[in-house]
Amino acid sequence: MGRRAKNKQEAPAPLHATPFQNGKKSNGKRKADDEEGPRPQKKVKEFVEGSSVKTKSKTEGKGDKSVKKSKKSKTTKISEEEEWGADGWEDVPEDNLATAAQELFNDSDGDEAHGFTGDLQDLEDDEFDADDDLLRDGVPKQELTFSDDESEGEENEEEKNFPEETDSEAGDEDDDEPVTGKNIEARSRALDKKAAREAELDLEDMEAAQAEESDDDDMEEDERFVLPTAEEREKEKTGAGPDVRDLQSRMQACVRVLGKFKKLGAGRSRSEYIEQLLADICSYYGYNEFLAEKLFSLFPTKEAIEFFEANEVSRPVTIRTNTLRTRRRDLAQALINRGVNLEPIGKWTSVGLQVFETPVPIGATPEYMAGHYMLQAASSFLPVLALDPQPKERVLDMASAPGGKTTYISALMQNTGLVFANDSNKARTKSLTANVHRLGCKNVVVCSYDGREFPKVMGGFDRVLLDAPCSGTGVISKDSSVKVNKSDRDFTLLAHLQKQLILCAIDSVDPSSSTGGYVVYSTCSVTVDENEAVVDYALRKRPNVKLVDTGLAFGRPGYKSYRGKKFDDKVTLTRRFYPHVHNMDGFFVAKFKVSKRAKKQAEETERDEKVGERVTANGEEEVEKATFEDEEDKAIIQNALRKQLKAKGIRVKPKAVAIAG
Amino acid sequence: MRPLTEEETKTLFTKLANYIGKNLTQLIDRSDEDYCFRLHKDRVFYVSESAMRLAISVARPNLISLGTCFGKFSKTGKFKLHITALDYLAQYAKYKVWIKPNGEMPFLYGNHVVKAHLGRITEDTPEHQGVVVYNMSDIPLGFGVTARSTADTRKLDPTAILVFHQSDVGEYLRDEDTLF
Repeated sequence: MGRRAKNKQEAPAPLHATPFQNGKKSNGKRKADDEEGPRPQKKVKEFVEGSSVKTKSKTEGKGDKSVKKSKKSKTTKISEEEEWGADGWEDVPEDNLATAAQELFNDSDGDEAHGFTGDLQDLEDDEFDADDDLLRDGVPKQELTFSDDESEGEENEEEKNFPEETDSEAGDEDDDEPVTGKNIEARSRALDKKAAREAELDLEDMEAAQAEESDDDDMEEDERFVLPTAEEREKEKTGAGPDVRDLQSRMQACVRVLGKFKKLGAGRSRSEYIEQLLADICSYYGYNEFLAEKLFSLFPTKEAIEFFEANEVSRPVTIRTNTLRTRRRDLAQALINRGVNLEPIGKWTSVGLQVFETPVPIGATPEYMAGHYMLQAASSFLPVLALDPQPKERVLDMASAPGGKTTYISALMQNTGLVFANDSNKARTKSLTANVHRLGCKNVVVCSYDGREFPKVMGGFDRVLLDAPCSGTGVISKDSSVKVNKSDRDFTLLAHLQKQLILCAIDSVDPSSSTGGYVVYSTCSVTVDENEAVVDYALRKRPNVKLVDTGLAFGRPGYKSYRGKKFDDKVTLTRRFYPHVHNMDGFFVAKFKVSKRAKKQAEETERDEKVGERVTANGEEEVEKATFEDEEDKAIIQNALRKQLKAKGIRVKPKAVAIAG
Repeated sequence: MRPLTEEETKTLFTKLANYIGKNLTQLIDRSDEDYCFRLHKDRVFYVSESAMRLAISVARPNLISLGTCFGKFSKTGKFKLHITALDYLAQYAKYKVWIKPNGEMPFLYGNHVVKAHLGRITEDTPEHQGVVVYNMSDIPLGFGVTARSTADTRKLDPTAILVFHQSDVGEYLRDEDTLF
């Protein structure tokens, strides 16, 4: 809808509709025309009259074309008409052009005129209604469709020469007229109609977005979107780059073609369109090619654009009430008294508040400093909600800085039990500690280990939260440097680290915990190799864990397969969150239940035994009875002892002596 | 991490007693759980026994904080209370000072409390007594030391300092780097 509104103010940026050469040629011609000087507007009006009001009679997508055409001098018009109507206009010699075109023109007039029922005089007299009708007939459809039939140069010139003739501005003209008693009624009626039309348009727009079947046929006629050739793209690259609006419309067109490729794919391969679209995304949004491709392939084409668009907009500011110090209602009241405009985030959380506008810095109010709330993105509530810590448990937060989730865990446990907040970066533990103290969390131990050391440092946790370090592709709106500074290698390294961390997290859990035994894995990234792939890896490596429902009421299920990779069936239990769908940072949450390992080991030994049986059954080989041979073993045992001592750093005697002794 | 020595304990308790007086015993003999003071990297932490036991397994260089930090010992052996101790001080404070809304921000920026900003004060507060500073909606904002006794304040002009600033919650933002 926003897109349409934009177009209202300025005529929609046209696309390369004609084959490249044609466009060029017609441009050249127009230059010559322009040298004659700008055509007076009056002439156009006359022309409109003369051409039996073709303008008004046009149907749908054709409407805007004819309006534009009517503005042009005859010669241009002819070429235009030909260009639009016939394929081989170039073959027509210059001399014959005029006549040939005239014929064509007349033909088209004849074709189109039958739709017109009113009288020209009527239109002239009754300006409002006429203009309005004109608008109603012509505009809406134009705005819904791409006007692809003309090359950009032409349209731009048109805008320059006859700005007042563009449809949207015709409406403005109405408004500019002085309000008099005579025309006020008409004006108000016009306004009413306009409003009604707008509503209608919006509805249509929605419908069009939902099911594009209705305007399919028109599209087919209009759609002459042609991909730029290789040379053209090269030129774009070397030059200053294409106009932003052109880019935008070209992207839209690509998306549309890709959406209905069988119908619209004009002989080019799908990959060519995708390549062009990706190139455009790179230059329009400023991604590097690698990341654009990576993110693009996550979504259907249309959604991908929405995703990129959503990354340009910042997410709402949200705060979390610290239930250790206050209640949400009291906090809201206190902040409202300071002039802050806020509202609960949603039904899914009882502690979140969304801040719309604030006259005071929200991160420096007395309430903030007294620890009544924490500035925290809505998305980072989710892993803690999924973790669902219970009072008196022992919980580990493996990568906790700056402490938003840690303090939330502590608050949910009502300051009982114990929370281990770990972060590998010592500098970041300062803000973590500050936040822990500010929010009055007294059950927190802050330490700074590499997360991968964890089961060694301490294990036996009831619950472990691993908010893994990630590429941050979900929070591009917060940190746009991600767009350019991530490469293939970064993703490989991160995924590797995440896989190590998740195993450590699983190993740190006490599987026999009566209340817990859960691990929650989350990232603020949307890519599959940091999310589902890691989860799948953990499931394969640790047969004693299984995925369970996250307990989050919304979010999209994780991908079961992606680009030829098949993941565990249960991966659908994980949850993905997107900026363009949920209006929060891109996020991923998975919850594991860790059970005891013993059962699995028993199974394994069982299987081993079976193998042994099979061998004997075949009769090839008897299973050897294991016996101890003390003589041989002695040396081996000695060696092992020496190694053990060495490992402890104790100096051992040289080997020969050891054996002799 | 180690328990405090006799001397350190004495220094700490005299400091705390300046603010919470005899309520100090409530910090040590708690009804719910055993709590203890532990010294780690010159900082004193007040933490439950159970948490302390678990934190023992964290190596010294990797342990950043446990429970609540009360303050730190300077190199000369003096003890400085940190704003992080405010929770417990506010809970057990004997003498309190409330400041008006217009005095909140000046205090939170590290200024002393002047008479014009004084909303309420505990009666019979002596001179040089440790007090906890609240705003009018009873949110603890920091602590300080009175410059005059309550009786003396009556005669003072509005710009006279009543409470010397020692620590305020604004330090969470201002001194985050040096606090821990």
